[in-house]
Amino acid sequence: MKRLLLFFAVIALYASHQDFWYWRTAHPLVFGFVPIGLFYHGCFSVAAALLMWMLVKFAWPSHLEDEIRESGNEEDGPK
Amino acid sequence: MIPAIVVFIYLAIVLYIGIFAFRRAKGKEQAEDYFLASRSLGPFVFLFSLFGTNMTAFAILGSSGHAFSNGIVTFGLMASSSGLIIPLSIFFIGTRVWALGKKHGFMTPVQMFRDRWECGHIGTVIFVVQAVLLVPYIIIGIMGGGTTLHTISGGLVPYWFGGAIVAMVVMSYVFFGGMRGTAWVNTFQTVLFLLFGAVALIVIGVGMGGFRTAAQSMLAAPALAPLLTRERISPLYFFSYTFIPLSAIAFPHILIFCLTARKMAQFKKTVIFYPICILAIWLPCVFLGVMANRVTDVPEIRAKQEARRVLATQGKTMTPEARDELREKAAGDDVIMLLLQRYAPFWLAGLLGAGIMAAVMASDSQILALSTMFTEDVFAFYGGKRRFGEGVQVQTGRIFIVLITMFAYAVALRAPETIFELAIQYAFSGYAALSPLLVAALFWKGSTKWGALAATVWTALAVITVAIFQHSVPAPAPGPATLVWSMGGVEVLTRTPGGTAVFGFMPVVPMVIVSALLMIVVSMLTKKPKDATIARYFVEAG
Repeated sequence: MKRLLLFFAVIALYASHQDFWYWRTAHPLVFGFVPIGLFYHGCFSVAAALLMWMLVKFAWPSHLEDEIRESGNEEDGPK
Repeated sequence: MIPAIVVFIYLAIVLYIGIFAFRRAKGKEQAEDYFLASRSLGPFVFLFSLFGTNMTAFAILGSSGHAFSNGIVTFGLMASSSGLIIPLSIFFIGTRVWALGKKHGFMTPVQMFRDRWECGHIGTVIFVVQAVLLVPYIIIGIMGGGTTLHTISGGLVPYWFGGAIVAMVVMSYVFFGGMRGTAWVNTFQTVLFLLFGAVALIVIGVGMGGFRTAAQSMLAAPALAPLLTRERISPLYFFSYTFIPLSAIAFPHILIFCLTARKMAQFKKTVIFYPICILAIWLPCVFLGVMANRVTDVPEIRAKQEARRVLATQGKTMTPEARDELREKAAGDDVIMLLLQRYAPFWLAGLLGAGIMAAVMASDSQILALSTMFTEDVFAFYGGKRRFGEGVQVQTGRIFIVLITMFAYAVALRAPETIFELAIQYAFSGYAALSPLLVAALFWKGSTKWGALAATVWTALAVITVAIFQHSVPAPAPGPATLVWSMGGVEVLTRTPGGTAVFGFMPVVPMVIVSALLMIVVSMLTKKPKDATIARYFVEAG
């Protein structure tokens, strides 16, 4: 269930990149000088970082780490 | 001249870091140590060097130049989409490649493909396509170096000499320091150019008398107001661009970098902070590039605006050559440096110039990656390592570094395109079209070497076709695109002022889709590798 929600979160964020609603306007100017289209995509980047944090927290591929341990290749130190 | 001296001091520091890394590795003439730093990079170095590797001249010079001509759309086009797609691809693909590299000892993507699909010469074909597509990326670095030193020195250092200095410094620390030197230099450079954005924004903002006035006056000018919106770019073109960041994980230097982490946990910080790092460097550069249009007291910027105006009003009646000449004059790759010269004190302009150099010199990883690929995928694969030993393999890699740098420098002196166009049109689209190979190798048991070959050949042919098409059909003046082929009233192929459109999309979209389809269809029709081979790649999650 958690992974399904994360999958939809990824799709939703990707879809929200295509923000046609601010296409032809610079208003409002955030802080008096940042056009809204630019501000939106700045916020989009922060949202992407949050999404990555959720993926790391809830969908980390730890089986790959286990596999390395089982195969005898120590994770610490040079191979 | 003072800023140029500061930049030269910076270059000396970078050179020293590379040589220090060489001393640290003395006595270890092993391929894995030279090319992968013994897979031992810690979390901080891994995050900053991986990010720095992916940020080239393109990030500072190309982004501000593109924003100068096209407006705020530049950030959404490349930066915010990259902030989502690149960490996602590192999360899903980078971690798996790291684990396979640790388990099976791979040092290059082609080594993995050869093993995964039980092939030899098909791997060589993939190597050739990857190598050819990587060279433009190296050229960008040298072009950016030449432009930066030329502008920062106020024209005292000629373009050819600036490019030569950058090429020599990069070649030296890659030659001596290998991956360890490259990673340390990249970390130092990334810290520098992350600081660059914020400092440049404040200094230039204060110098311009505040951005509020500049933004308001741009809105009041009919010719400049559209730069604060995205109306100059179509939504389809904007959507197309989200395919470009797929190239990042398919670039061999990024994938090879993924193999250098000491632990898989080091990917965690990298994927979380990657979008923030992109935001920190791109947002100020794009914003400053747009605001440069409001600067009226820098003659070089006014000349660019005048060239742009002439192109827009009289471009249709001009010859293609005259239009190209005007396009070069209107290109804004150096606007951010012109702003620094105008508004920053000498010493600060030098430090900020060093920040720009840091981004410009990211071609080090590409040079090292090409060398790694050549020595592993060709020299070692065809028996060189067995016959001459590992020491000779490392020396061969070093000779290759010298040769490839000299070649890239020679091309950089002749290349007429702007940094941004050159990168996008060939390398990025090509690597994006190669990304289905990685996805298929890591996530689809049914993929085969023939599917991989079909996708690779398609990528090569598509890149060549786009290059020939754009060379044969001159770019039109700003405004409506030139229709080349339509079917039943639908515009299939058009030549736009900035490139090519297929059904209104950038060529990268059909390139990636057809590449993925070929991978699927051809794999379904051909014989899969042995079960034992497949089993080594697909251990189910517990």
